[in-house]
Amino acid sequence: MSGGRVAGGVAIDRSRTIRFRWAGRDYTGFAGDTLASALLANGVSLFGRSFKYHRPRGLLAAGLDEPNAIVQLERGAATIPNLKASYVELYDELYAQPVNAWPSVNFDLMAVNALFKRFIPAAFYYKTFMWPNWLLFEPLIRKAAGLGQSPKNADPDIYAQLSAHCDALVIGGGIAGLAAALAAGRTGRRVMLVTGGAHWGGRFAGSEELVESKPAQAWIASALRELADLPNVALHNRTLATGHYDDGLVALCERVTDHMPLADRTGARQRLWRVRAGEVILATGAFERPLAFANNDLPGIMLAGAAAVYLHRYGVLVGRQLVIATNNDSGWHAAVSLAKAGARIVAIVDARTAPPPTLLATADAMGIAVRCGAAPERAVGGKRVRAVKVAALDAQGRLSGKSEHFACDTLLMSGGWNPAVHLHSQAGGGLRLDSALQSFLPNPRDGILSLGGAAGDFSIDSTLVAARGRVTDPVNAPVRPIWSLSRTAEPDPLAWVDFQNDVTAGDIAIAARENFRSVEHLKRYTTLGMATDQGKISNVSGIGVLSQLLSRPMEAIGTTRFRPPYDPTAIGVFAGHRVGDGLVPRRRLALDHRHVAAGARIEEYGGWMRPVAYPRAGETEAQAIAREVRAVRTGVGLVESSPLGKIEVKGPDAAAFLDRIYVNTISTLKPGRCRYALMLNENGTIFDDGIVTRLAEDHFLVGTTSGHVAAIAEILEEWLQCEWPGLRVLTQDVTTCWAVLNLAGPKARDVLDALDSSIDFGAAAFPHMQHREGEIAGIRARVARISFSGELSYEIAVPWRDVDPLWTALTAAGEPHGLTPFGIEALMTMRIEKGFLHVGSETDGATQPQDVGFAALLAKKKSDFIGRRSTQRPDSLRDGRRQLVGIAVDGTQPAEVGAHIVGVGRKAAIGSDGWITSSAWSPTIDAPVALAMVNDGAARIGEAVRIWDLGRWREGRIVERCRYDPEGARLDV
Amino acid sequence: MLIDCPWCGPRSEREFRCGGEGHIVRPETPDAVDDTVWADYLFYRDNPKGLGYERWLHRFGCGRWFNVVRSTTDHRLAAVYGMSDPRPELGGDR
Repeated sequence: MSGGRVAGGVAIDRSRTIRFRWAGRDYTGFAGDTLASALLANGVSLFGRSFKYHRPRGLLAAGLDEPNAIVQLERGAATIPNLKASYVELYDELYAQPVNAWPSVNFDLMAVNALFKRFIPAAFYYKTFMWPNWLLFEPLIRKAAGLGQSPKNADPDIYAQLSAHCDALVIGGGIAGLAAALAAGRTGRRVMLVTGGAHWGGRFAGSEELVESKPAQAWIASALRELADLPNVALHNRTLATGHYDDGLVALCERVTDHMPLADRTGARQRLWRVRAGEVILATGAFERPLAFANNDLPGIMLAGAAAVYLHRYGVLVGRQLVIATNNDSGWHAAVSLAKAGARIVAIVDARTAPPPTLLATADAMGIAVRCGAAPERAVGGKRVRAVKVAALDAQGRLSGKSEHFACDTLLMSGGWNPAVHLHSQAGGGLRLDSALQSFLPNPRDGILSLGGAAGDFSIDSTLVAARGRVTDPVNAPVRPIWSLSRTAEPDPLAWVDFQNDVTAGDIAIAARENFRSVEHLKRYTTLGMATDQGKISNVSGIGVLSQLLSRPMEAIGTTRFRPPYDPTAIGVFAGHRVGDGLVPRRRLALDHRHVAAGARIEEYGGWMRPVAYPRAGETEAQAIAREVRAVRTGVGLVESSPLGKIEVKGPDAAAFLDRIYVNTISTLKPGRCRYALMLNENGTIFDDGIVTRLAEDHFLVGTTSGHVAAIAEILEEWLQCEWPGLRVLTQDVTTCWAVLNLAGPKARDVLDALDSSIDFGAAAFPHMQHREGEIAGIRARVARISFSGELSYEIAVPWRDVDPLWTALTAAGEPHGLTPFGIEALMTMRIEKGFLHVGSETDGATQPQDVGFAALLAKKKSDFIGRRSTQRPDSLRDGRRQLVGIAVDGTQPAEVGAHIVGVGRKAAIGSDGWITSSAWSPTIDAPVALAMVNDGAARIGEAVRIWDLGRWREGRIVERCRYDPEGARLDV
Repeated sequence: MLIDCPWCGPRSEREFRCGGEGHIVRPETPDAVDDTVWADYLFYRDNPKGLGYERWLHRFGCGRWFNVVRSTTDHRLAAVYGMSDPRPELGGDR
């Protein structure tokens, strides 16, 4: 016999039938059902197979503490693994499968594991598969043990995020939460009331309990009406508080469309709320504990409180012939409810020798057999419980005497209640053991209030008083702690404590015997309290078993750390819009549309979308790069360099400040002049390089690499504000105020001369490394004559909005000279030909100035600057450091970046002498060119070397870095 | 955390960047100190359980650096003060 639908059920709407599919069969339920309640109503009792031993499992709980009924919802990209059947709302055409059952839940081949249970206890895998290597066995073991399948495709859903502020955030929609929201709302405070499930009222919805003399459901309905009318109160169901952080910050996950048929869903599937609350009121209830006896995991064995919820909320009777085993009053209340609904109560078994007389009288009046001072010893059955053997408990809590056999189709158990202290603890709240409840209660903490079951207050009257702000001291009848039931001091190896992870009381005994006695070690060794429920059911019981084994009090053992999220949460909701193109904003050049029109291939470089090259029809990318290089070397080319960092530094102490920042001396620079300068971090490592321009006596333009500008702007401010607050200097990052076009090539001056300009571009009037301000073609411009290509080159910066007419003017004036737009790759090829340093390519976290040819610069400056002292450490001063050199590579293909340089006659296995840092095909010298960092490289110019890359060897030679125009004659024109 | 920026008032920690331990003194004349002193300045930091001195930047706000005394155990801010203000003495908590 199994359960089925009876009268009642405040959550369901019997006028709306819902069709769904579970484990390959069609079923129907009602609107308002969960997958679990609908299956129970259909007489289903087998919901899945256990994690490790593949034992048959049924429903244990009615909420998100459910450890057994774990399902895979939907198929394909929409599939979601590891949801609790008791927390999945039913919708039309829902499709779900049990997890961890193969080929089917009724016939599971892996169930053979269960036969060997005694051979594969806790840590069996670790101990057995040590040799030769655990990693060899892990994939197979992971396949046999496990839960649902991750989706293989990209998540098709979208997720939203939003922030909110309130005076009081009430978490939990039961009696305690509703009462707290009413009390706060009536005073005019801004209140948010959230509940994780679809329904309000919590555990008492639809029950016989009286709240302020009204039936619970009537009180709940009137509370909801009043709250809905209060303009300062917002109610959100299906909104689970998943994380509680410092200073009243709570993360909520709202399931917006998960309860709708797939076809009806539009918009965001879930929303992440970041709520900052003046006060956080935790009305999160409590979790009921199972009892640990042999075979307590058989389908048909359920928590007593869960059975009451299935009855009151969904009108489902979980069985017809019931035994109740309890150590506290709540099991009796569930028995009475279920008896009234038509179940036959075979017996109530209470571990206490003297339960309250009123309960005994009630049972007597209903003709229910009662066994006091007794507990279940063993459940009997296969895929469902058929009977339970009950024995007396002696004074030590051990089973003794002759056992009694009760036939039943369902066994309900209650081992006491654990307040849901997770959110309290996540935010740093302390816990204390309550000896009556044998569980952990929240300690008082500013800004956080726990109410009702979450505070260990199981009296409705007392909870209502506390919700109004009065301090109460709830008195609970003591439960009898019976953490594991057996006839000896040794726990039963078939008495489950953690159902989801297949950890039994016997496994805990093994851990304790092997000295894994800290609660954190116990967790890792046995996996107790891991997986999707994170021990909601099992944690306190595990601590109880350990406490008995070690004869140490539970408070001395303590709990494992509670961490967010409270329940598994979709990664998508944390990502929000930051997926795909939304991950990082793509920065586009000022003339992006012009580059695209000119045929550019665009790729990302340091966050900017920049032209790689401008291949013409029929041209490969390599051919286009070579053509662009030749155009610049022989004629004139145009490249947009807007992302180059530009920071203005201004003030009476600007020059003194920059002297402390740069390896170079900046104060000697004359207005209108530019200087290449090197910046270190305090560790002596090269951090950035660029051109510093003195615009005026007290005004500098600091040029940085494109990717580094934000970091450098921040570092300049950090030094100014934290170290030298006395310096009168202002800084401002103006990178995106100025768009920059770089005109490069021997004919660059001819192009500029053809335009109307207030600037004299004559060789004598405007030499290399100088700067002019003026107008070009009517546009205000800052022009620097600097070069990264080795050719005559002008960097023209104009206000971002004015760059389009400048491009038009330059391309028109350049047409007679064959002006060619060129991309980043041509520019990089030219700088490798010239042997110019590229910070981040040649340099790493250990590269200092003396390694890349700036030893003289370092030695020259007498005053202090950032990082100088670190370049005087013994390791910085030693001979043989890796140094930047050129590598001439034999053959026609460029060497791979990262390829190792190995001395001739040595094998790679002996060690690398360094590596290639930059490499390209040089159309100018018609050979591959490369730069490399090589041990003692400067002294090894001319030496033949071998180049190793992923098993392939090539030959080459160490050469000078600059392979083209080493005298710089082409700049001096 | 809510961090009480001296210029902007209490704001979410998401707007800030922690710059590590505060009141680190850069040697006046780095050339004159030995490697041990320099290494101590560069690398060695306190790692207190309890109150610690830190400097923070209101990065997505006013852009100002300031000092904070914060408990590393419960994240409580014991003091917030300007970069040039003297380091407050906070009793035997450390």
